Amino acid sequence: MFSLKQNSWFIRKVVIWRAVASIAWSVLLLPVTTAVFVLLSRFSLFHPIQWISDCTSLLTASSTIFSLVVLCGVVLITGFFNLEFYTLVPSIPCSRMALLGTVLHPRQCVHSLVYCTMGMLVMWCASVTIGGRYSTLGTPCRQSESGEVVTCLNEYHLFLLLAGAFMGYSHSFLGVVQNMYYVSFQPIQQYKYPRFKGCLPMVVKCSVIQALYSARNFAALYFFFGYVPKTWISSTLNLQIDSSLQPLDSLTGLLDFSLLYHLSISGAFLYLTWYLTVLLFRIYVTEFLALQDLALLSQHSLSRRLEVFNLSQPGGHPHNWNAISGECLCLLSELTQRLVAHQDAVASNGRVKSQSASSDTRSASSSSSVVSGTEDIAETPRLSVPLRTPGSVFKSSVGGANRVLTAPFTPDVDSPFSSPAIRRLVGQQDPHSPWSGTVQSPHIMRRGPKLWSASTESQSNGSPPGSPATVPSPPAASQKPSFLAQWLQNRREQVKSFLAKRVLIMYLFNKLPEASSQALFADSQAHIWALQGLSHLVAASFSEDQFGVVQTTLPNILSCLVVLLEAVDRHFKLPHASSKPVRTLCSMGDSTYKTLRFALRAALKTAIYKITTTFGEHLNAVNISTEHRKRLQQFLEFKE
Amino acid sequence: YGLLDEITNSAEEGMSLTHCNHAAFAVRRFSLWASSFHGSLFPHLTLSSDEMVAEFSQMLDWSDSALRSFAWHPHTDKFAVALLDDSIKIYKSNSSPTPTLKHRCQRSVCALQWKPLCGSALAVACQSCLLIWHVDPASLSTRPSSGCAQVLSHPGHSPITSIAWSPTGSLLVSASPVDTSMMVWDVAAESAVPLQRVGGGGVTYLSWSPDGSRLLAATPSALFRVWETRMWTCERWPCLKGSCQSACWSPDGGCLLLSMQGERVIYALTFSDLTGINNTYSSPVTAFFLMKNHLKQLFCPPFFSGSSFVLRAGDSQADNHPSVIAVFKTRSSPVFELLPCGFVMGEAGAEPRFMQFHPHFQHGALLTVCWSDGRISHVPFYFSSAGLLGGDSPQQALASNTTNPSSNKLYTEQIS
Repeated sequence: MFSLKQNSWFIRKVVIWRAVASIAWSVLLLPVTTAVFVLLSRFSLFHPIQWISDCTSLLTASSTIFSLVVLCGVVLITGFFNLEFYTLVPSIPCSRMALLGTVLHPRQCVHSLVYCTMGMLVMWCASVTIGGRYSTLGTPCRQSESGEVVTCLNEYHLFLLLAGAFMGYSHSFLGVVQNMYYVSFQPIQQYKYPRFKGCLPMVVKCSVIQALYSARNFAALYFFFGYVPKTWISSTLNLQIDSSLQPLDSLTGLLDFSLLYHLSISGAFLYLTWYLTVLLFRIYVTEFLALQDLALLSQHSLSRRLEVFNLSQPGGHPHNWNAISGECLCLLSELTQRLVAHQDAVASNGRVKSQSASSDTRSASSSSSVVSGTEDIAETPRLSVPLRTPGSVFKSSVGGANRVLTAPFTPDVDSPFSSPAIRRLVGQQDPHSPWSGTVQSPHIMRRGPKLWSASTESQSNGSPPGSPATVPSPPAASQKPSFLAQWLQNRREQVKSFLAKRVLIMYLFNKLPEASSQALFADSQAHIWALQGLSHLVAASFSEDQFGVVQTTLPNILSCLVVLLEAVDRHFKLPHASSKPVRTLCSMGDSTYKTLRFALRAALKTAIYKITTTFGEHLNAVNISTEHRKRLQQFLEFKE
Repeated sequence: YGLLDEITNSAEEGMSLTHCNHAAFAVRRFSLWASSFHGSLFPHLTLSSDEMVAEFSQMLDWSDSALRSFAWHPHTDKFAVALLDDSIKIYKSNSSPTPTLKHRCQRSVCALQWKPLCGSALAVACQSCLLIWHVDPASLSTRPSSGCAQVLSHPGHSPITSIAWSPTGSLLVSASPVDTSMMVWDVAAESAVPLQRVGGGGVTYLSWSPDGSRLLAATPSALFRVWETRMWTCERWPCLKGSCQSACWSPDGGCLLLSMQGERVIYALTFSDLTGINNTYSSPVTAFFLMKNHLKQLFCPPFFSGSSFVLRAGDSQADNHPSVIAVFKTRSSPVFELLPCGFVMGEAGAEPRFMQFHPHFQHGALLTVCWSDGRISHVPFYFSSAGLLGGDSPQQALASNTTNPSSNKLYTEQIS
């Protein structure tokens, strides 16, 4: 779980510092939210002056300061969990069983436990701050018959604490279901402050709504099962139950307006603390990334484009362009393969077989191996992948490789050098990661370490739109089935068909519609950026490429795009692939990943159009196959 | 006030909650008072939804106009027209069927725009939402089902009076006069990023510069903003007098022409820091109406190197005079210039309501005018000399104002 050891340089040097900055800001925001909470919790309409003076004295009281320290601890832990759990590729459980597996995963259990504790801590702070009848767990009370003073259980305090634990668990649970830790990218770039300002109303609204839902659910739960913790606590701590007060797990006890109000605002405060931390983390961590940078700046900056189209001195090789186009094409053709493999699997079986997993790692990893432990390790290096630092860290890592151009870089000119980070994006197949063997052909792996070496011939020759077609074949054992294996296979099929008839099993193991489709495109944001960057560069090369650097790879690029388009088109003909997901109105969980396939299709078509409209009739001179030309002709006539 | 009503109603039922009841009333009073105050600050907020669309639509006299909106496809000979009955028709240059688009959400269509770098997608600004039609150009159906349309909506963001696609087709921006934030849509993901600036009280008109680096956002008050689209920060331009009515960009995105309400002057803003745009188009074509002593519309086609400038003068009913659209040449280098060029006459009694240049006319310039009697006419301009400089004069089809409401003959005899 805590796998910070084996990650790459930008986790160490970039993401951690961004996370620290975001946590620092969350801590700085705490006094503000606490003050608002205090104002709201002591609200009285008819005594405004007393209200204000109460609140100011409370805000400077030592108990509040102590609460703030506790809350800081909570924020720190939340920030740590954000850093530990965040992902750029959401895990999409393809069946209910897989979802169940995710929820019961040990890592997730630890998460839930910690969040329950944090919820109780925050609620304890809240109850101390609200004061009055909520402040302590034990209250002195007078027993009815003997009249002596004993310590009784304060049920209001217990109620709030349990509510905190409940909200903590539901936050953790919803975090899995809604992929709370999925970090998506906005379609536009903004500075951090305006972005935070723009998101703040949404976050406040979400936390209030979520708090109201949780308060309702918790009240219902407490009504039915509230006596269990109550009797347990009172017996273990030897506290009496005050019989003169109305018990809270009754209808009249729960219909207490001020109790529900305090429950709701404390819940809103709790959720707001967490959501703000998540929001700040998202904002900080999604700044300035390599592929995004390529996509945006290939569009905006002439000087950086010229840098791409330049030849190396001496030697006259277009290293920059070869590197960039090679990586983008690699990425895209890998997606094509994945789609084709999925379609084959579907075509052969009616639905995805688990056997296809060997050639289709991504979908498999999200569908089947969510429960397995390897996924966790595998995921962490992946997430970090497209991040890139501007400035010194970046240069130092690049300097060795790009000696020719090391001269004085301004941060603006280094777009060609964003390629090392792009490499890393593809360089997911670094040999340490458990993915490497399966994600791509060994061919790429072999090439991997060489990417930055001086041997450019192999790069330009091996730059691979079509080359990685060698999908690793299933294990050799299955190819030569012995009798025993055959028998086992038959048995398994029988067990399967027997189980398939049971309703519950069916319910749990049935594929969720759309899920496999979502899982296939789960990491497509990178592909979209690659498409945008590549198409902008190619289109710009029409007028800016002095040396004809792009012309050499144009047929490759075009055929790669058309093949991908065909694969995507075929994919959308599968059942459920083109159905739109229902939109959730207000939740912190980001559901962008559900529509990534549509975004990818639109980006792909736009990319092809961008190239065809720029080149126009000149495309006829490009050497590509006839059916691809036919397809491109459709684009030239705007018939797509 | 639905929520407050509910609170008051539910509060009336409970005996012990009377002070909550009072509080709800107080809050309600306060919000009523606040909204009326807001309305006096921004008079347009007191208009009804339809009035607001009519006020801020680029189509003049929108409410009684037979044509509600018009849009050329940016790359092909295809245009879409929104009609009074809220249907949209799509005409193509060859004799293929003309699809009619209808959708139950498609009411009070205020603006249309085709997605650039795409053959099929058409964005429609409606009263309650934004519709994205995907009309397959290869299909022969004349009534695409409403399943072909994506519905994009955001609470508080209606009626939508202006939309603008980014020139790369990746983003769509929509604006509503009642919403202080404009929405930047990622259409495929159906998600929006609100960009809020409170001053001005809403956004009425959007125009994206042809190079995609800037976006003009006009507000109902005397203020407009120019956003730069890399980090989405904005410059504020408090206008001299009145709100910004219409605007157009020069093809290189370096010059912005603006017309203000109640003024007969065109303002030109030049932006010097062009980001990597090759400045070959030296002279854009501009067109606008002069409407009751103020300029109402300005148009300027992209990718075009001729120069003309259109102006409608006078009130035709009063003078018993055909309406006139004046054409001016413009030249943007070395300094921005407007040179009078000629006039396009309308038929007696017909007023121009909307104009747009064909964005991709190879032979010169093609000005499309929607008239008040429901006709659409195409006025071609040919340039006698082939030079790119602004000196060439259009051989105008002034006297023979060729009108062809049916679009099978898109172009007049002069072309064929």
